[in-house]
Amino acid sequence: MRSSKLISVVPRTLPESHLYSFHFIPTLRSIDFFQSLSAYVAVSMSRQPYVTGTSVLGLIYEGGVLIAADTAGSYGSTTRFKSVERMKAVSNNTLLGASGEISDFQAITQLLDRLIVADAMWDDGNDLGPLDIHNYLTRVMYNRRNKFDPLWNTLILGGVKNGVKHLGSVSMIGVHYVDNHIATGFGIHLAQPIFREEWKENMTLEEGTRLLEKALLVLFYRDRSAINKIQVANVTEDGVHISQPYALKSEWNLEAFKNPTASAAGSW
Amino acid sequence: MFRNQYDTDVTTWSPAGRLHQVEYAMEAVKQGSAAIGLRSKTHVVLAAVNKASSELSSHQKKLFKIDNHIGIAMAGLTADGRVLSRYMRSECINHKFVYESPLPVGRLVVQVADKAQVCTQRSWKRPYGVGLLVAGLDETGPHLYQNCPSGNYFEFHAFAIGSRSQAAKTYLERKFESFMDCSKEELVRHALHAVKESLQEEELSSANCGVAIVGVGEPFVILDSKTLQAYIESLEGAKDDQATKIEVEEERNPAVIERQDVSGGGGVGVGAEGEGPSDMET
Repeated sequence: MRSSKLISVVPRTLPESHLYSFHFIPTLRSIDFFQSLSAYVAVSMSRQPYVTGTSVLGLIYEGGVLIAADTAGSYGSTTRFKSVERMKAVSNNTLLGASGEISDFQAITQLLDRLIVADAMWDDGNDLGPLDIHNYLTRVMYNRRNKFDPLWNTLILGGVKNGVKHLGSVSMIGVHYVDNHIATGFGIHLAQPIFREEWKENMTLEEGTRLLEKALLVLFYRDRSAINKIQVANVTEDGVHISQPYALKSEWNLEAFKNPTASAAGSW
Repeated sequence: MFRNQYDTDVTTWSPAGRLHQVEYAMEAVKQGSAAIGLRSKTHVVLAAVNKASSELSSHQKKLFKIDNHIGIAMAGLTADGRVLSRYMRSECINHKFVYESPLPVGRLVVQVADKAQVCTQRSWKRPYGVGLLVAGLDETGPHLYQNCPSGNYFEFHAFAIGSRSQAAKTYLERKFESFMDCSKEELVRHALHAVKESLQEEELSSANCGVAIVGVGEPFVILDSKTLQAYIESLEGAKDDQATKIEVEEERNPAVIERQDVSGGGGVGVGAEGEGPSDMET
């Protein structure tokens, strides 16, 4: 495909573009063609999500940031994949968690990998912190939204740099904010109210983890796309640690569940 | 630097392995009026000698704010300098828009240097004829850099470029070891002393020099003439004690006419050659 006219749309958007001399422009790939064409014509690659992740929760505690999510990848109403890692360490002081389209999350992590590598190549004692990456992602999401070709995710970005803890969210249309506790998807309705009641400054690691688990349990009970297999990630100044997946103890022997339609005549 | 048959094109090497056009561009920097920079652990100060082409005209603007945490002093073709400062401002503001944090000085300096290098390797371009002293603050502390038309950049504790900068450099070489722990006021006074060296015969005043400061917690600011005059007078204050001593001596020995200033050594550089911008050879 002749790429002469559309070349100008590509270079500036690459994180490593400062490494190219001014007269070398990378070859246009066919995917870039569609993406850049969508600036002129309403071509959309992503009008509906296919494999999706449900809520991601995050909160700030005394040592840093805790972010948690389950490991389910739903295909519509089916729980298709049960070991999807929806959180990734971006650098050694920042973590990204995503709900929404899993393939778009993977594209974002690849983009961030290139950003971190390009930043590391400066090798000058400066590095990108969670605030920088949060804003970079906001730009990416908003610009994709403007081309009517969104990355179908709500992202949670958390990290610590120079003692300053950062926890923020970016949605698929570029809405972004920071807060002490954040949730996406169903978590907004089920988990945030719990956080508003029970979050406090300088929680310990145990208190923070227990609060997250409590919210995740509520989500497991009430969100049909959630499963009982979760991971909790801990981001501190020293590094990112994502736990192995584990299950929460849930109780299904409740009276109300035993004969749910006892009082509803005609239901089954 | 004599004319030779290899100096017409910037893309022609001489048999000695030199690009004469680039060296000529660096000569243009040496013709401009002096610009001086020095830094401490917390502040960076830039000073410039303001030369007006005639009594009727205003002087050339040589100190530019690039962003809240970066500023430059230039020597040479100030028109080229304005173009570079527009580029630097644009880079800073783009970085702030994407990352919500200030562009680290060192990265900006490298970008400018790479831009300058392009002009040394295209036959249809000419090198920028301006040298920049870039003063800035980032996470790794305060920094002072020099950008050359050759596309080289260097970091300095203190440096001077432009005409009669050797006198200023000599002063700085003598004193730079004490700069790290200087307060802001002491650093500005050192800068003004260095400017004095470059001015030599002229009287230092807020009309013929400019000073700018950036520091931890203090955005880049170019001092207004009132503040600057106050600093100059504080130099004079320290000088007056010396001056009266000298006058007394002169009365006794009228044949001895010595021009002293507080630094007590004039512009005679007995010390080692300053580290100027490296030639093509290195």
